[in-house]
Amino acid sequence: MSNVSIKNLQITLGDNKVIDSLNLEVKDGEFVVLLGASGCGKSTLLHSIAGLIDVSGGAIEIGGKDMTWVDPKDRGIALVFQSYALYPTMNVEKNMSFGLRINGTPKEEIKRRVARAAEMLHLQPLLDRKPANLSGGQRQRVAIGRAIVREADVFLFDEPLSNLDAKLRTELRRELKLLHKQLGATMIYVTHDQVEAMTLASRIAVMKSGVIQQFDTPDTIYREPANLFVAGFLGSPCMNMFRGELAVEGGRTLFRNEHMSVDVSGYAFRQPPVAGTRCVLGVRPEDTVVSSGGQYRAGTTLVEAMGAHRVLWMDFHGTQLAAIVQDERESGAFSIRSEAVSLFDETSELRL
Amino acid sequence: MKPASRMTPGRVGLYAFLIMAALFFLVPLYVMLVTSVKPMSEIRLGNIFALPTAPTLDAWGMAWKSACTGLECEGIRGGFWNSVKITLPSTVFSIIVGAVNGYALSFWKPRGAKVLFSVLMMGAFIPGQVMLYPLVRALAAVDLYSSVPGIVLVHVIFGMPMMTLLFRNYYASLPDELFKAARIDGGGFWRIFFELMLPMSTPVIVVAVIMQVTNIWNDFLLGLVFAGSDNLPMTVQLNNIINTTTGERLYNVNMAATILTSLVPLALYFISGRWFVRGIASGAVKG
Repeated sequence: MSNVSIKNLQITLGDNKVIDSLNLEVKDGEFVVLLGASGCGKSTLLHSIAGLIDVSGGAIEIGGKDMTWVDPKDRGIALVFQSYALYPTMNVEKNMSFGLRINGTPKEEIKRRVARAAEMLHLQPLLDRKPANLSGGQRQRVAIGRAIVREADVFLFDEPLSNLDAKLRTELRRELKLLHKQLGATMIYVTHDQVEAMTLASRIAVMKSGVIQQFDTPDTIYREPANLFVAGFLGSPCMNMFRGELAVEGGRTLFRNEHMSVDVSGYAFRQPPVAGTRCVLGVRPEDTVVSSGGQYRAGTTLVEAMGAHRVLWMDFHGTQLAAIVQDERESGAFSIRSEAVSLFDETSELRL
Repeated sequence: MKPASRMTPGRVGLYAFLIMAALFFLVPLYVMLVTSVKPMSEIRLGNIFALPTAPTLDAWGMAWKSACTGLECEGIRGGFWNSVKITLPSTVFSIIVGAVNGYALSFWKPRGAKVLFSVLMMGAFIPGQVMLYPLVRALAAVDLYSSVPGIVLVHVIFGMPMMTLLFRNYYASLPDELFKAARIDGGGFWRIFFELMLPMSTPVIVVAVIMQVTNIWNDFLLGLVFAGSDNLPMTVQLNNIINTTTGERLYNVNMAATILTSLVPLALYFISGRWFVRGIASGAVKG
């Protein structure tokens, strides 16, 4: 087991700097998810940890040892690919034991490890099959098995569930979480799916154009996003945003614009609030409380039935709002749970 | 109900063209076959399209065993075995070299891989004749001129650009992750090549074998220049048989010798034609 520590990492592909002085500390046994839209450099970062991409500056340490220029096979890592990358000419057993056969592990030990991984992933009946005769879910299980067999200190996952259908994805996601508990190994997981990130991670690193925007627990990232990008990226439907400015009146702090005024005295400001600051108020749909007696009037434009709940879309002076409701009969007006809001500076887009 | 196919003028034209084309290619073969089983007395009558009245395999036997190639009269069989001795190792080595080149170029991407590849491709477009004299001098300098290893080396060199291109394109169509996974599993250059890439290369190897066997078997110039008088390939021997005349021209023997010479590539196409098309068409592995 090992921690991973990335210091001032720089990666240049061709002429463009994909990642510039990035720092990341992954603790021993932690499950860290790198979350971001495609092209944000998260896979590049993962592959550089695996040693598949040369870095142009900085250092990567795994288990306290500098691994920046070490060969992939000597880093004590295992990588699971989105496309599974199973060896098509070998059967499941050979696929899993390929690495062990190369480094000369004794036959008995190979057998023991393959049997253990196969049992964990329910692959015993498939050991003699070729990858072409497996379903997508089974293939990805074999790919995960190949990683387990290596008994690596650090497991790296590159969007492992993206090629699977929704049902299988949920299933394998749960299995991965259980696997992490069982193995206790450090895991770094790349995805663009926020549900995967929220459910799997001990900590999430949200990335945008090669820069980590926020690195914290899923709850903190959801409740206290560090900037507007993070606030908008996580959550479905998206956080509702209102533009306005701060006002201080008789010891109370208010968020105000021409249509609304919200008391934010209870908000944990990072710096003391300054009256007149242009800012953005973010409210999660579940904190937008719809009731006929609500403070602000808004017309309903659309209702989306989600089964367990409904998403109510409203128009509030030209702004689209989403609210989560149990029952669509209550509508026409809403109020805001002011203790659960987020405030961002309008120009720097950072959390106030 | 299926509409009855009618003979429209277009269809008549189409069939006429197809039959003409088939005849165009088949008539020479027919003439060769027929002539090779006729005795000389029948050939002298001059009816080259006529079926033989007294078919005989004497000419075939003569072509194989006792036709004169210059001063010796031992038939074409010596040339056959020489061609086998040249074609087999040349095919095997040129495919190995091409596969390793293609594998290295598309997966390991050494520094200057693109330049290397372009230079190699230029090699494919320079006419072989330009290189003849320098190659003769070079081989003579290392004592390989006029020997089987020498001609094999020449064939490997001339086959390299095409084989490299073939394998490089095939390997470029394989997912890169496969290689990366093998790297993480600890595979080195040769381990990944022999245990992972080569077993996946069957379709492209079939194509390469057909191309190389055909090219090398049919080669005349390189064999004439580099093989030396003891190892002349079948094509050169055939030429000698046809050019050696003592008295009358033995058309039946010439025809039989020609068919014998072209039998190997012909058989190869018949046996593996299906794979050949499949290999060219598919290229990639299915996931």
